[in-house]
Amino acid sequence: MNMMSEAAVEKALDQKMNTVPFKMIGKDVSVYYGEKRALFDVNLNVRENTVTALIGPSGCGKSTFLRTLNRMNDTIDSCRVTGKITLDDGDIYDPSIDVVELRARVGMVFQKPNPFPKSIYENVTYGPKIHGLARTKAELDQIVESSLQKAGLWNEVKDRLHESGTGLSGGQQQRLCIARAVAVSPEVILMDEPCSALDPIATAKVEELIHELRANYTIVIVTHSMQQAARVSQRTAMFHLGNLVEENDTDKMFTNPDDQRTQDYIMGRFG
Amino acid sequence: MTDMTSSVQSTLVRPAQTRRDIGIKKRYAAERRFKAYGLAAILIGLFFLFVLLWTVVSKGYTAFQQTAITLPIEFSEQIIDPKNERGANPAKLMTANYPLLVRDALVKALGIDPANKPLVKQATDMVSASARTQLRDLVVADPAIIGTTANVSLLAEGNIDSANKGQIDLTVAEANRKVKDQQLEWMKKLTETGAMAKQFNTGLFTYGASSRPEAAGIGVAALGSLYMMLIVLVLALPIGVAASIYLEEFAPKNRLTDLIEVNINNLAAVPSIVYGLLGLSIFINFAGMPRSAAVVGGLVLTLMTLPTIIIATRAALKAVPPSIRSAALGLGASKMQTIFHHVLPLAMPGVLTGTIIGLAHALGETAPLLLIGMVAFVVDYPGSPMDPSTALPVQIYMWANEAERAFVERTSGAIMILLIFLVVMNLGAILLRRRFERRW
Repeated sequence: MNMMSEAAVEKALDQKMNTVPFKMIGKDVSVYYGEKRALFDVNLNVRENTVTALIGPSGCGKSTFLRTLNRMNDTIDSCRVTGKITLDDGDIYDPSIDVVELRARVGMVFQKPNPFPKSIYENVTYGPKIHGLARTKAELDQIVESSLQKAGLWNEVKDRLHESGTGLSGGQQQRLCIARAVAVSPEVILMDEPCSALDPIATAKVEELIHELRANYTIVIVTHSMQQAARVSQRTAMFHLGNLVEENDTDKMFTNPDDQRTQDYIMGRFG
Repeated sequence: MTDMTSSVQSTLVRPAQTRRDIGIKKRYAAERRFKAYGLAAILIGLFFLFVLLWTVVSKGYTAFQQTAITLPIEFSEQIIDPKNERGANPAKLMTANYPLLVRDALVKALGIDPANKPLVKQATDMVSASARTQLRDLVVADPAIIGTTANVSLLAEGNIDSANKGQIDLTVAEANRKVKDQQLEWMKKLTETGAMAKQFNTGLFTYGASSRPEAAGIGVAALGSLYMMLIVLVLALPIGVAASIYLEEFAPKNRLTDLIEVNINNLAAVPSIVYGLLGLSIFINFAGMPRSAAVVGGLVLTLMTLPTIIIATRAALKAVPPSIRSAALGLGASKMQTIFHHVLPLAMPGVLTGTIIGLAHALGETAPLLLIGMVAFVVDYPGSPMDPSTALPVQIYMWANEAERAFVERTSGAIMILLIFLVVMNLGAILLRRRFERRW
């Protein structure tokens, strides 16, 4: 009886999650760097308006998978991707897909804060400018303000928009990078260990921000910190040696994972 | 319990061990020695730089002054145009006997008997033969001057100029000396009356080649150099930057690219005279371009400068952090936008430095120009890069072969001017870098 109810609860949870539609679907995704295979037939779906955390030990392929989602791997000559990834039912590796447009829909925030060595204002407006999102200065100003608001940076920088973005602190720089990504109105935001170069206070701010952004964006975040994955995500995927070990609700993942390897990794037995 | 305490003690209070001798003293001594070597190397370098500059400046500073003799010249109609033909035939003024005017003025000023031919010859030798063209130009410009008397400042002959600057050894016997005792006496007299004086040598900057040192200058050669620098800048900078961007950012990484890369590095080390031969056979013999023209020189120097610019630009592009590229690509910028909006501006200081170093190198280059006929005796300013011209370092090379004392100082003077150009170019590079860097 007790067993039954537990299974029923699980089923209910699954159904709850199942009602959230998939934003991106990865089917049999494999990645090769030259001869070396980095990802083995990964089937991982990203749900809309959900924070999906990718965890796993170093070199497990979680960043590689993240980078397939906006085709950043294209910039590496030896890299080859097989399988199928769709964004709203459109194959993003279809030859007819323009990678520029894809990256406007799937934005990215990197491990190390990398603002352009230009003013804060120019950092935020660069994306809208190249994508033709604003026609007038007023529209640009509007985008800058709303993006910086969303990134929680507006109050800190509104008086020095024309100072260099590299003069900000590390945490502010990372939030500037998030503002820059948000400015092109993407649907999905990929974050590659966005807090690994930040101190705990800046990390807390960025995590809070991720939480807020979830309402409007689909977020995929790679992290090395279990606690961070537990704090910010609703779904968690665990990678190991290029394989997807388990993908589950975050609550379940950290309390009662299906796979022994997940359990071991979360308990700190390897990785 | 006792076990534990004893183990804690043993880790905390370890018995005094004799430390292995790792030569701390030797290490510090080695460091001190190395510092001393470095300092010595720098001091030796500075010493030689000082010797070089001292030699050039001490020999050359006098080139910026030139002795002039101011004489009241009587533009006698009888000598210039005895038959009054200038109305009908203006060319008559071009061929008039102007040296006679100088002779008469000198004879009067020095009080010599006009019948004493050797003495008169000695006197007229003191004034540069360029006085003929100087007076002719005056008369042609304003024929109304004929019949009047005007004070004209004439260039002193090169040896007289040297003597006036104290550069001629007067202890040498008069027969072996270029400047005779009689001339020295006149010089003293002219100086006392104020007729002979040193003035700033503007001619050094404006005249062209001349066999008479007092009428020789770097003006024509500098214009030739300017033409070549413009050609190098206009061709080498865009070609070099485009080549570097393609090689660094777009070219597939394969054997062919590697081969090209190795060869560019080798080309930077090819002796410049080889580029001269290349220019001679391709631009002059094959393409039929004019000999000793600045355009050919500019093309040869472009070929020579390209490897320098390409290597500097590629290094600068490589030095741009990959995170900037990722940032731009991640925002949906195309590769081209990434490069031209972000990478190239960041690399610009390096590109500019490379370009200006390349230009400075090209400005001082002589060997390839010898082969394409730019060792030329060019008197007139080249009207266009297609006209015969010469270059600053070539002018220096030609003057260095001359024997007269006055050419020796001009050689050093021209070297000083060339060095000033180079210093100005390098300062320009620094200023440009500063400006570019301030924008970020």
